[in-house]
Amino acid sequence: MEKKGRDEQKEAEDQVVNPWEVTAKDGGKIDYDKLIDKFGCQRLDEALIRRVERLTSRPPHVFLRRGVFFAHRDFIEILDAVERGEKFYLYTGRGPSSESLHLGHLVPFMFTKYLQDAFKVPLVIQLTDDEKCMWKNLSVEESRRLARENAKDIIACGFDITKTFIFSDFDYVGGAFYQNMVKVAKCVTFNKVVGIFGFTPEDHIGKISFPPVQAAPSFPSSFPHLFSGKDDLRCLIPCAIDQDPYFRMTRDVAPRIGFHKPALIESSFFPALQGETGKMSASDPTSAIYVTDSAKEIKNKVNKYAFSGGQDSIENHRKYGANLEVDIPIKYLGFFLEDDAELEHIRKEYAAGRMLTGEVKKHLIDVLTVVVERHRRARAAVTDEMVDAFMAIRPLPNMFD
Amino acid sequence: MGYSKDQLLQQLKELQIDFSCYDHPVVLTVEAQAKYLGNLGGGLSKNLFLKDKKHRFYIVSTLASTTVDLKVLSQRLGLGKGGLRMASEEALLEILQVPLGSVTPFALINDSTRNVSLVLDQGFKAQNLCFFHPLTNDMTISLTARDLDQFLISIGRNPTYVDMELANPTVGKDQPPDLAALVPSGIIVLPDSFAKADTVQCPSEKHAPVENKTVTATAVKQSNHAPGVKVKPQGAGRPSSSNSNVSKFVEEILDKMSTVVLSEVTNESVQQHRELLGPAISDKVRERLRLDLESLAVMFKNTVYTQGLVAGSQTEPLHKCK
Repeated sequence: MEKKGRDEQKEAEDQVVNPWEVTAKDGGKIDYDKLIDKFGCQRLDEALIRRVERLTSRPPHVFLRRGVFFAHRDFIEILDAVERGEKFYLYTGRGPSSESLHLGHLVPFMFTKYLQDAFKVPLVIQLTDDEKCMWKNLSVEESRRLARENAKDIIACGFDITKTFIFSDFDYVGGAFYQNMVKVAKCVTFNKVVGIFGFTPEDHIGKISFPPVQAAPSFPSSFPHLFSGKDDLRCLIPCAIDQDPYFRMTRDVAPRIGFHKPALIESSFFPALQGETGKMSASDPTSAIYVTDSAKEIKNKVNKYAFSGGQDSIENHRKYGANLEVDIPIKYLGFFLEDDAELEHIRKEYAAGRMLTGEVKKHLIDVLTVVVERHRRARAAVTDEMVDAFMAIRPLPNMFD
Repeated sequence: MGYSKDQLLQQLKELQIDFSCYDHPVVLTVEAQAKYLGNLGGGLSKNLFLKDKKHRFYIVSTLASTTVDLKVLSQRLGLGKGGLRMASEEALLEILQVPLGSVTPFALINDSTRNVSLVLDQGFKAQNLCFFHPLTNDMTISLTARDLDQFLISIGRNPTYVDMELANPTVGKDQPPDLAALVPSGIIVLPDSFAKADTVQCPSEKHAPVENKTVTATAVKQSNHAPGVKVKPQGAGRPSSSNSNVSKFVEEILDKMSTVVLSEVTNESVQQHRELLGPAISDKVRERLRLDLESLAVMFKNTVYTQGLVAGSQTEPLHKCK
């Protein structure tokens, strides 16, 4: 069965991956194979990707093709259900800790939008303003404000309002949602959460009682205005792999309270501009490309700060070629350049030393500028009324169309 | 149109707020104002109209003697260092609807300022009387801070007083910006800046559609200075109506398509594809535009749905016949 989460904090030598900290071993790269092994989830292989393509009658998303979303739990069960003509719903979320979003933040939302369109299913998006209020010591007002601001950028990713419900914990917790929170909480001992999340006796009780809040949206009865009478509906959660502990806990609890285990589809981490070992920080504007960056700023940031795997001189570069393992522009192109053939060509030429860093960076700047501009245009169309509409507790009669 | 001085004073009288009026020649600076009113014992105000990088606007009203450090204020609002600058004269005229040199908290009586945030100096509370322009700068009125609060509350505002000279206000990881709640939730888009924002398109596109937009920007600029011609500002509530406008939607799609088609018809592509140029370009158009058009379309859908939801919530039930 599944490996239970061990206390990662104790293994100081090893890499640390949990919802509040991601550090590689000895300042190196995250070892994803080890992570899959330790967490006990499955690899998303070629066969599954082909199956998704068949079932959805459209090319698989670039993040699937490039292995950005690379691990899963029970995704096969979801695909089996779809083949039987059954439905499911999507659940994802964001902790609104900062006003400015960078491209890494958009990755899970871009993928979730693809899943919504490809499988024609509804989506609930949780804004954990309460979590950020507690962990980042923000005021209630500030965390609620950030939640609304972030909601606008999330909406700009292109979610369909007739199939999407966005909610903030401070607004929505209560009623059927809270009933499920209590059901979950009753099944998880204090020792268990200490083991999974590393809480200590000095942590305040808000933190210790938070996990059920992130678990509850996995159960359809938490949303009576959407899924009333559909207690059997399965849930698929696209998220970054550091969120796995929350959902390991949820999956353990689910059968004990009469629900399907939520399925997960997990992504690797988006690298900082300065390299995989660099830390992306909301307060360091040079560590990432923000959705508010102008074309000029993007060009400047990529040229100045993107870590290059090229050699230090042109002669050496022509001789030895580039190190694709550490080159950030190549990695970023892996995320955002749709054309597989073009990416392959660039990789080949760059590794052979025939293409220079400057050229690769130019390709990246062009691609990122298009992505950011598209987002900016969509974001300009989001009004406060639209946010209210996405967050209104209303039925979604066309959610499976 | 904005409120006039007389309309404001009438409103203050109706609220039974005591105030005194002082006429003086037009003054554009605090120093000039002090020449005429300096002997009345303190309370003169310094009023700044500021904007941040995300098109949000602020009136900062302090005692003339208070030092305002824009860098610190910017940090305390959570805008980073240097996130605040003086708003343009156009913004002053369009949003506050008062002449140059007349920035005043009373400008908030105008509906065009609904997304403008007000920051008031704590120092006002220590004064017997505070002096502000009543929407024009050839007069100053004095009233107590309590009465100012009463006026602000009557127009739906929550007066917030701030210690402007807070010593060492560090804003960092563990200390969130203390004034962040004062940042407005809505942006105000002026015709000029809106047109400018549109011209920052993909750098590779250098064709007719982009040039058209530049022309529009110039035209708008000129009409702002033409006497008697007023361009309607796009307040935060307005964008939704233009985003559900069918002709604009279609024009934008056609503009994008022309740009791509024109950029794909080159000597090379003509020679490469010859008689199959048509299908080749057709494929290119789909490939290059699919995501952009999907994004536009879903925003159109969301905008129209939102309008429907709002209308639905205001719809009165039909009379039922028994």
